This record gives sequence, structure tokens and C-alpha cells, in this order.
Amino acid sequence: MNQNAINISGLKKIYKGGTVALKEVNLTIQNGDFFALLGANGAGKTTIIGILTGIVLKTEGNVEIFGIDIEKDHNAAKKMIGVVPQEFNFNFFEKVEDIVIQQAGYFGIKRKEARAKAEPILKILELWDKKDTVAMKLSGGMKRRLMIARALIHEPKLLILDEPTAGVDVELRHGMWDYLKKLNQQGVTILLTTHYIEEAEALCNNVAIIKEGEIVKSAPIKTLTKSLEEHTYVVELNEGASGLTLENFHVTQVDETTIEVIIKKSQSINALIKALDAAKVTVSELSPKGNKLEHLFLNLVNK
Amino acid sequence: MNHNLVAFNTIVRKEVTRFLRIWTQTLLPPVITQSLYFLIFGAFIGSQINDINGVSYMAFIIPGLVMMGVINSAYMNVVSSFYSSKFMKNYEEFMVSPASNEVIIFGYVIGGVLRGLMVGVLVFMVSFVFIRPEISNPGIILLFIILTALVFALGGLINGIFAKNWDDISIFPTFVLTPLTYLGGVFYSIKDLPGVWQTVSKFNPILYMVDGFRYGFYGFSDIPVYYSLLMLIGFTAILFGINIYLLKKGTGLKS
Repeated sequence: MNQNAINISGLKKIYKGGTVALKEVNLTIQNGDFFALLGANGAGKTTIIGILTGIVLKTEGNVEIFGIDIEKDHNAAKKMIGVVPQEFNFNFFEKVEDIVIQQAGYFGIKRKEARAKAEPILKILELWDKKDTVAMKLSGGMKRRLMIARALIHEPKLLILDEPTAGVDVELRHGMWDYLKKLNQQGVTILLTTHYIEEAEALCNNVAIIKEGEIVKSAPIKTLTKSLEEHTYVVELNEGASGLTLENFHVTQVDETTIEVIIKKSQSINALIKALDAAKVTVSELSPKGNKLEHLFLNLVNK
Repeated sequence: MNHNLVAFNTIVRKEVTRFLRIWTQTLLPPVITQSLYFLIFGAFIGSQINDINGVSYMAFIIPGLVMMGVINSAYMNVVSSFYSSKFMKNYEEFMVSPASNEVIIFGYVIGGVLRGLMVGVLVFMVSFVFIRPEISNPGIILLFIILTALVFALGGLINGIFAKNWDDISIFPTFVLTPLTYLGGVFYSIKDLPGVWQTVSKFNPILYMVDGFRYGFYGFSDIPVYYSLLMLIGFTAILFGINIYLLKKGTGLKS
């Protein structure tokens, strides 16, 4: 199918009380994409997800899910969406399997069929042995995985994850990344909002950065990182080098044996190494500071 | 099976499982309370009160006490279940699904109706300890008990939609529902009231429910039974319409 998974044009949202959450959002996400929506707290990410899933009413604009206008037939569009919200939103007194099967029921899947569908999903997400446990007794990571299982039970074509790995330990986070990558390879379009820039860089093909209710940048991640005008490198030296200067490079002293050097797009690492040689210092380690997308993100949101 | 029918069954099943799981909070209390009414008003005090329209006072109050249990249970089931789903945010589970507004309303409301009917049957069975009431028209009994449960379940849903905290779900039952029930002809015939109070009583919707329900048992009523039935059908239609409007608008659910 060639149509876009999501088409958003001129989307505005003003909450009761006058808070403008979305000024004018235009966004297209292709079918099969793994897309990251980045933004600071309160930038409008969750509002967009709320509008897509029917929890938030739009003020103006047009939203299409796989070509279906949500204003004309939101229920038809909802059939194709699975959503993992930021906050836990299941009944804490219900059992894991019941929560998943119930969700299937809301999507019109009969109980017997839902039970058969739930088993492999709960097994993959390592929740099968907890199927009869009430949700409140699950650990934080298990609760997150339960929300993923619930979102997948009706086999959605579009999976929306709002900060899915918030508060999840590193090992589990990487496990979830692998699972999401597999889903995407199977053809599920994924829209992810995250605070972890590293997560977007590791998983997504395309990214949009939202600031104060407007998309300020939308492009493939590779294009964005290439567009950076400068990169910062951390240089570890074998011996102290206070007051070190390098010709054509801006140097910041971090501590006695560590400096940070900014390399402009027009410069090369070779030139930096030559300059370090010329300054007669021995380098023990050279590494990029932070990740590139984070640098870009901070540049854009702090403008 | 139609998708909406599956969604409807899912909500009803969830509701019934919920009230059965916590039966000590949902089924037992009304049975105990109504049993005390039977004992105190029916047996102890009722023995000193004259027959009303040829039936003993104990027999007279049974339909009203059954109806009282039905009204409270149908209303409280929906308002507390719906509000707790808002409190835990799991109402989002059906909001993000393709289940229609009608399915959501009927699912919750039928859950409330079933709890109301279950309490009604239990209270009625307890009355056998004291007296064996007549049943002159089972069709009318069924019609009135189901429609009454439906009206109050729909009312409970409206309360649940608007409720913003736990206090909001008890304000209406405490300050409106309970007084109206007590003044709705459960314990007396409105024909025994002074003229002005008879007129005032006719503004109380619960009067029509209790009176019509009692007609099904003993074949007499203060108000023509067809008139009470029309009132009940009217209330059901109006409350259903309000619920549809609220869900469509997203009141209390969508921001």
C-alpha cells in the first residue's frame, strides 16, 4: 500500500482555558516508517497522539490515518491504531490476560480468538507466566510491556508509543527496541515519542522535532545529523596540558588531561590530529561528545 | 458476530465480573438493609397498621423495598464503575477502540440493570421469610423492574460522565435519589396524603415506578398503570439521548 500512514495538515489544538497546545502542525508519516516525534515536555507530542487516537478533540485541521479522515469515520481509523500511552491506564485490579482479551473485545475480536492471539504476544513480551496476576502486582517494566501487548492484540497497522521506555532499565529497554524493530520489519508503521534521543537514533528512520506546538524540523535522521555545522570531540591526553591551544580549532579545557574540540563541517579529524601532533601532545582517546541528534535537538529547541 | 456486539458483550461481561467479584460490597449490603426494613417497618411496626387496599402493610411495602434496592444498585453500579474507569484512566481502552457510543452506553447500562435485577430478586426472596406476596401480573412486574433499572443505570452513567472526584458520585444518590425514593410511595399510598402533598408527590418520578410495580403484584395503583409506563419509557428515551449527546461531545472524557 502506497498511501501514507498519517497525514496531518493545519492541525490546531486550543484547550479549554485557552492553552494553545498545537499552533499549526503539518506532518506526514509514510506507511511502514519508524518515525520519532521529539520535543520537550509540553511541546505538543501527547496532544497529537491524543487527537490521532480519539482522546483529544482537535480544534482545527485535517487528520488522515491510512487515507481515512478521522472527522468522517474515526472508528474505522481507530481499527488500524494500537496505542501505548505514557501513563499506565489499565484497571489495576484486573488480571494481565483479562486486560488484553478485553481490549481485543472492544475491537470486535471474539473471546476465543482473542485468547489464542494473546498467548504468543504475552509469551514474546515475557508476560505469559504472569497472565493470571492482577496488574497492580506487576513491576514497572512488566506494566509497560502489558500496555504494548494490549496495543498489539488487534494487530494494528500503526503502533503509536508515547515515551514507551520511560523508567525502564537499560537491559529491558534494549529488549523492547529489538521487539519494536521486528514489528517494524513485519510492516507495522511505528510512531514513537521519546525523551531519549539515543532511542530515536537507534530505531527510527525519520524524525520530526516539535517545539511549542509547531514542527520545527522534519527529515530523515541521517540527513539531519549530516546537516550539523559542527561536532564536538572529547580528547583524552596522556599528560596534563593546561592552556593548550590548537591552530584553527576552538579548545575547551574540561580537566587537567581532558579537552573538548569543536570541528567545523569544513574541517576534518585528520586536521585535528595534525594540530594535536604540532602541539606535541599524546592522545590516548578521541570520541564524539554525546550523540549528533541530541546536539541538533538542543540547537533547535533552544533557538 | 458483529464487531459492535462483541464489544457490547465484552463490556457487559467486565461489569458483571466486577460486581460479582466484590459481591460483599455490591449484592450483600442492599439485601441486609432491605431485610431490616422488612423486619422493622413490616413486621414490628406494620403489624399495628391497617391494611391498605385490602393487603397487609408488610405485603404493601414489599414492591417498594424491592424497587428501592433495584434503583440504588443499578445507579451505583454504573456511576462507580464508570467513574473508577475514569479515575484509573482505563476508560481510554474503549475510547481508542472502534466501539460505538451506543455500545459503550448499553454495555455499562446493561451491567447496571443486571446488578439491579439481581439485587431485586434477592430482596424479593428475603421477603418470603415474612410473607408470600401475590403476583397478579408478572408481565407488568418484569416491565417495570427492567425499565426502572434502565432509567437509573442511564442516570448513573450521566453522573459518572460528569463526576470529577469520588465525592461527586455520592452527592446525587445522597441528596436526591434517597429522599425521592423515601417519598416515592414505598411506605405509603399517596391517596392517604393531604391534597397538596398528593400533587407534590406526582412530580417525583420514583412514585410512578413503585406504583406501577406494585400494580403488578396486587392489581391496584394510585396512578393509572399505562400512564406510569409511558413516563418510564419517556425517562428512558430522554436519559439515553442525554448520554449519547454527552459521549458524542466527549464531556468528561475527551479534552
